[in-house]
Amino acid sequence: MSADLAPLPLKEQFTRGLDAPICLTWELTYACNLACVHCLSSSGRRDPGELTPEEARGIVDDMVDMKVFYVNIGGGEPMLRPDFFDLVSYAVGRKVGVKFSTNGTRLTARRAEQLAALDYLDVQISIDGATAATNDAVRGEGSFAAARRAMDHLAAAGFGPFKISVVVTRQNVEELDALAAIADSYGAQLRLTRLRPSGRAVDSWEALHPTAAQQRTLYHWLVERPGVLTGDSFFHLSALGEPLDGLNLCGAGRVVCLIDPVGDVYACPFVIDRQFLAGNVRHPGGFPTVWRTSALFTSLREPQSAGACASCGSFDACQGGCMAAKFFTGLPLDGPDPECVHGHGEAALAARGERPQAVLGHSKVHRDGTPVPVPTPVRFRSPARA
Amino acid sequence: MRRLLSVTEARPPAAAFATERAWRLNPQVALRDEAFGALAYHYGNRRLVFLKSRLLVDLVSSLGEYPSAAEAIGALVPEGRRASYERALARLAASEVIDVR
Repeated sequence: MSADLAPLPLKEQFTRGLDAPICLTWELTYACNLACVHCLSSSGRRDPGELTPEEARGIVDDMVDMKVFYVNIGGGEPMLRPDFFDLVSYAVGRKVGVKFSTNGTRLTARRAEQLAALDYLDVQISIDGATAATNDAVRGEGSFAAARRAMDHLAAAGFGPFKISVVVTRQNVEELDALAAIADSYGAQLRLTRLRPSGRAVDSWEALHPTAAQQRTLYHWLVERPGVLTGDSFFHLSALGEPLDGLNLCGAGRVVCLIDPVGDVYACPFVIDRQFLAGNVRHPGGFPTVWRTSALFTSLREPQSAGACASCGSFDACQGGCMAAKFFTGLPLDGPDPECVHGHGEAALAARGERPQAVLGHSKVHRDGTPVPVPTPVRFRSPARA
Repeated sequence: MRRLLSVTEARPPAAAFATERAWRLNPQVALRDEAFGALAYHYGNRRLVFLKSRLLVDLVSSLGEYPSAAEAIGALVPEGRRASYERALARLAASEVIDVR
């Protein structure tokens, strides 16, 4: 990219891609001791081809060279990787800030003290409800208590303001105030993100995604609370009025991407599917070459057709919504988001053809290859009418 | 020019910005040059800020060489655009991208 380009609006610059990502998600392992029904990476089993500790440090070195200021680390459960602390220490030591997401099960008092001693480190503890009943229905029995213990350990260790990360669902949207109160009680920051129909959520999205009325409630709740973090994930709601804080665009392959545990690079964390695979960090040139020259990312950086949304007055605000949400619900990528606030998504869903089948991914399997059922079926409740 | 920068995540509280004082690029902030200007990342408050013009990047980077922000603006920014650059610096002070030295 040349500095001599005629100045473009920032949003347009971002949609054409930057020389390096602004924000990179790196899933360290597919191993997980939970089996959340909405896991976007269908995690469970460790992949035997996981990057080695040496390869992982090489990726940190690439980030230093590309001036990627921080990386979002996730999984699976990243703390299950034996070299987790070594790798995180290496990254922050090289001034690549780390924000990592954890279910908290391995975040003991001793680990909390180790984390508190590191600079440039943020911790996000995931809960998906303000009560054990709501949370455990999605994340598994005992997972709420484990997450709260981890929060207690961080508070006792003087970690400072950690983050509490919540995927907004039909079941927990009424608990937002209670979730904010939990965050306040720790001096923590609340972070809300959008449920995508990816990974195991291909199957659970229908039951979990907020209703149209709940989405409007959520939008107004967020507008009133600019201190609540969203990871820019609700930009489809910006069509309801004033845009929410953030870039309000799909950054896939343009300003964000995902590196998975085996080094595969996807356009974003929510599209772990061959169609959105740009390359692998083990190939010659490594991650920088994938980012700069892959055919997939190059095509994502070209002007995109607004398709069926072209005539909609809200297109500038919502940009047609989330590519992953469309892909995994079987909608065309140049049409409305399944949760389009004007209801165009519902019509498209009713008319859609075949949608991608749920893939097993790294979900746990029995010895004969049959899947271990996710042990926490969603308890269906009548959808709240806000 | 509508706005010279945009700030992600929570908006900072307004902090006093006095043009007669000596400022500098906060040592906790790293800049990454981009075609539109630069990304600025504050390792302390974790805030990412977009500096939306090359001139703003030059101004912020050389603040430390001038005895006051007013003198830096006077030396680097064409006359008709000084007010908007002063507002941009005030917002950068509020998000701690620049600080008093």
